Amino acid sequence: MKGSEIVIVGAGPAGVRAAQTLVAYGLQPCLIDESLRGGGQIYRRQPGNFKRSAKALYGFEASKAQAVHGTLDRLRADIDYRPETLVWNAEEQTLDTLCNGVAGQVPYQHLIVATGATDRILPVPGWTLPGVYSLGAAQIALKFQGCAIGERVVFAGSGPLLYLVAYQYAKAGAKVVAVLDSSPLAAQTRALPALLGQPATLAKGMYYRGWLTAHGIPVHQGVQLNGIQGQQRVRSVEWLAGEQRKTLDCDAVAFAHALRSETQLADLLGCEFSWSALNRAWLPSRDDSGRSSVKGVYLAGDGAGIMGADAAEMAGELAALTLLGDTGHPIDQARSARLQQKLDGIARFRHGLETAFPFPEDWAAKAPDAMTVCRCEEVSAGDIRQTVAQGHWDVNRVKAMCRVGMGRCQGRMCGLAAAEIVAHASGRDIASVGRLRGQAPIKPLPFGVEAEQ
Amino acid sequence: MALLKRLAERGREVLPFTLDGQPASGMQGDTLLTAVLTGGDYLRGSDFSAEPRAGFCLMGACQDCWVKLGDGRRVRACATLLEAGQDVRREPGRCQ
Repeated sequence: MKGSEIVIVGAGPAGVRAAQTLVAYGLQPCLIDESLRGGGQIYRRQPGNFKRSAKALYGFEASKAQAVHGTLDRLRADIDYRPETLVWNAEEQTLDTLCNGVAGQVPYQHLIVATGATDRILPVPGWTLPGVYSLGAAQIALKFQGCAIGERVVFAGSGPLLYLVAYQYAKAGAKVVAVLDSSPLAAQTRALPALLGQPATLAKGMYYRGWLTAHGIPVHQGVQLNGIQGQQRVRSVEWLAGEQRKTLDCDAVAFAHALRSETQLADLLGCEFSWSALNRAWLPSRDDSGRSSVKGVYLAGDGAGIMGADAAEMAGELAALTLLGDTGHPIDQARSARLQQKLDGIARFRHGLETAFPFPEDWAAKAPDAMTVCRCEEVSAGDIRQTVAQGHWDVNRVKAMCRVGMGRCQGRMCGLAAAEIVAHASGRDIASVGRLRGQAPIKPLPFGVEAEQ
Repeated sequence: MALLKRLAERGREVLPFTLDGQPASGMQGDTLLTAVLTGGDYLRGSDFSAEPRAGFCLMGACQDCWVKLGDGRRVRACATLLEAGQDVRREPGRCQ
């Protein structure tokens, strides 16, 4: 089997470990990644001329980040590594790519899809103002560019990233005005038994939370970010503690409710999707070994369900081993079994996290009509409700009628929120309103693209 | 009226560029987004209301940080590194 017959999309923890495993078995995969220097989002690397230490950038995760980066650097000679390359379409045995304005095609026999995740966004009024970013964006500004998103930052939403990024900002010298966590303390207490399965991860979470309090940063739990005010940029936020309205002056806001999987490529490849109650999302189905429903296509990492970076490394290795086994290579079966076992352990922890940071199920009911849901096409919650009132309840039909999710981002930022509003307004269960279909190109292509010679 | 605040890595080489025809400066290793927003407070006007936007996800997903370069190319500011002498233009967007 020639190396180029195996292609991996995504050079985060999953993709790098998959590539490493294939190389260890004597193969030369092609590793395609959209970013400049690999590492994915969580272990994103700063530009080459930046000087901060791994410890300063990744904290407790420094050794893991360095290990992934070191592995990618050592693999470069043995693989066909293509950074700064977007895979914008996927068909049977061919990927369409774009690199530096030049379009190309990459053939494959076997494909490992490790496309990762972005923030899961539940919009609030004012979220399109300059100075409002996702939690992941706030972290990238600091990690990748050495910048804070503002002088006085409010962090809001829920999920493990909330406390981590607030901590990283305060530690780097930014002014953290407050942390507004939508999940109540009681939920976190309830989740403790499940979380204790991964004590190190739990301890880190508690450390960030404790550190913020110890440094005088107000942390409010069980509260809602209700709106962001300002004319041309952020001036303040309004939040609700029960029925009580409160405001805070600030010039930047970072918010999100955990993460969502990037599933467009799996969709274009024809992978079967199933509803994941845990992720509250439609996800490409994968078996315990990482196989998708399409022969020759494997799924690894957060792109097929949010499990975090540690699980992504394991899932990348596991998917590669499964691929090797499926193509007749004698593989270390015990290793595969161990990886599956460890992934099961992380899955239990993931259930605990969902209990600790529950999805705010009343979000759709409370979303005001005037609030922009789709920032590309400027479609409001009221526009979506009007469409539902006309009798539409399938998200693709609603999209066709009112353009929500039809813009440049293809619903990456608004799709899940739109589905919540459609479900609520139509009185249907969130699992029964369908999922936005992926379309090629999965990200906008500029005019003037040249064909590869 | 900067939006972003530099907290670290301040000793890098300074790179001059132009923003909407006016002289501006960033640093080696800055993305266009960083270079523009450490001096200004928006990147583009929205397509339907011309309201200011300054990016959102910083990871190439939201498509809300597109800017135009002097050679006519449109690029995502969050994923494009600044080069000395670049002619960066913010598109005002449109009102309906």
